[in-house]
Amino acid sequence: MSDNQLLEVIDKYLNGEMTKEERARFEILRNENAEINAKVAEHKHFTGLIKQYGERLELEKRLNAIHSEIDVQALEEELMIHPSWIVQLWRNHHSKISVAASIAIFAALCTLFFTGYLNNRETNYVKLSREVDKIQKTLNSRGTNLNPHPKIDNPGNFRGTGFAISSNGYIVTDNHVIKDADSVYVQSIDGKSYKAKVVYSEPQTDIAVLLITDPTFKSLGAIPYSLKKTESDMGENVFTIGYPGDNMVLGPGFLTAGTGYKGDTTAYQVSIPVNPGNSGGPLLDNKGDLIGVIDAKQTRMEGAGFAVKSTYLLKTIQDIPADSLKKPLTINYKNGLASLNRVQQIKKMQNYVFIVKVYNQ
Amino acid sequence: MSKESNSGIPTDSEVILGILNNSESVLKRLYVAYFPMVLQLVINNNGSGDDAKDIYQEAIIILYNKVKTGDFELSSKLKTYIYSVCRRLWLKRLSQIHRYGGDIKDFEEYLSVDDETEKNNERDIQFNKMGDALKLLGEPCKTIIEDFYINNRSMQEICESFGYTNADNAKTQKYKCLQRLKKLFFQQK
Repeated sequence: MSDNQLLEVIDKYLNGEMTKEERARFEILRNENAEINAKVAEHKHFTGLIKQYGERLELEKRLNAIHSEIDVQALEEELMIHPSWIVQLWRNHHSKISVAASIAIFAALCTLFFTGYLNNRETNYVKLSREVDKIQKTLNSRGTNLNPHPKIDNPGNFRGTGFAISSNGYIVTDNHVIKDADSVYVQSIDGKSYKAKVVYSEPQTDIAVLLITDPTFKSLGAIPYSLKKTESDMGENVFTIGYPGDNMVLGPGFLTAGTGYKGDTTAYQVSIPVNPGNSGGPLLDNKGDLIGVIDAKQTRMEGAGFAVKSTYLLKTIQDIPADSLKKPLTINYKNGLASLNRVQQIKKMQNYVFIVKVYNQ
Repeated sequence: MSKESNSGIPTDSEVILGILNNSESVLKRLYVAYFPMVLQLVINNNGSGDDAKDIYQEAIIILYNKVKTGDFELSSKLKTYIYSVCRRLWLKRLSQIHRYGGDIKDFEEYLSVDDETEKNNERDIQFNKMGDALKLLGEPCKTIIEDFYINNRSMQEICESFGYTNADNAKTQKYKCLQRLKKLFFQQK
């Protein structure tokens, strides 16, 4: 029996076209011959697959026919969740909206830039005093019961710099440094602290004059720098020394303007990188003339500082009522630094520059 | 929604009996009844009407085959079953085309139906292979095979319609065709 004939028999068998006898005979053959049995199974499986495939096609055809009767378009319209109009607007036009917004932002920035709005409109004028502990101060001002163990070695609530203008203990600093002070101490470079009291203060020019009242204080010796009675010129090489931190720091620079913040004629502008704590320090020119008192700084302009002119310092000193002066205040106009270089100048004058510590409970 | 007011939603047992009896009208009512639900699911989750049609028909075929083979147990509402299968199929499709954003807007309750869609997937692969093999087979073999094995026509009828001089020629032809079809089918990866 050839394969061809065998397959025909199997087809017949599977389709149930055999007579009873043929069927019985074939089944015996199937049982006896494993090869034929396997062929039957394989053929059955494969033709079954063809049949199922045909049925699947048929079913799909039927489903498609049904589907074609449904109005999908209308259903979609009905079933689509329509987002609110603003979301739709965004979906449909978001690219245009984005472009418009970017242009608007760019234009606004350009306008601000060219009108100078971004540069210096909000520069703040800050006093250089260092607020050592703002919270503690608030607590303290409300009563000591909140802080039952105040520290003995309180470093002071405010700190600034001051410098001597007479050998008998008169010290100049900024008014804002000693404002609202309960007690003031000055500390020299060798670490000695002296109690001082405020003799006179002038909020207008931000100048204050202190006098060392400590019994341990002895004379300072002759003041090496002189107080300049005329105004200095722009471009002059100037420097200050002061206490921005715990150590004395030199601040060199130039006199960059004859007026101070917002055209203030009582002050100079200098290109010295002043820090908080420099307030009240002396401003000297190359020759060792005292030409001003470091005062304040514009926060937004890095490296710019201001100093009250020595002419106004002089005027302030002259305004002190005579009965406020416990000791005679003699101002030094003799310059002992003129012929020295900067290093020697500083060495000579560093004993006359003090840390001003302010305590207010 | 209109699907609730749509009269003629067949009951679940009606559907099962209808499928077993090859009832055209039940199939149609079934199809029409739940299509809107699936359309709603698909078009509101990044799909189109055509996607919905594909997914839905696949689900109906899965249901149909399960009922026909007799291993369908209705453990939930038929509606929930169909929705779950469609949901599963659509999630799979979405991740295949990389449009799946991680969440899906749901409109119905659903159950887990993973293995059922898997089984169907295997059968689909077989059918695709068969379809391709038949296409490659060409005429007249394709028609002979289809007529004999799918449409259950006798060799005598086939012999007449193809103008073979005797039935033996037709039988030989059919045998050759079947051998080639097998070869084509098993050659495919």
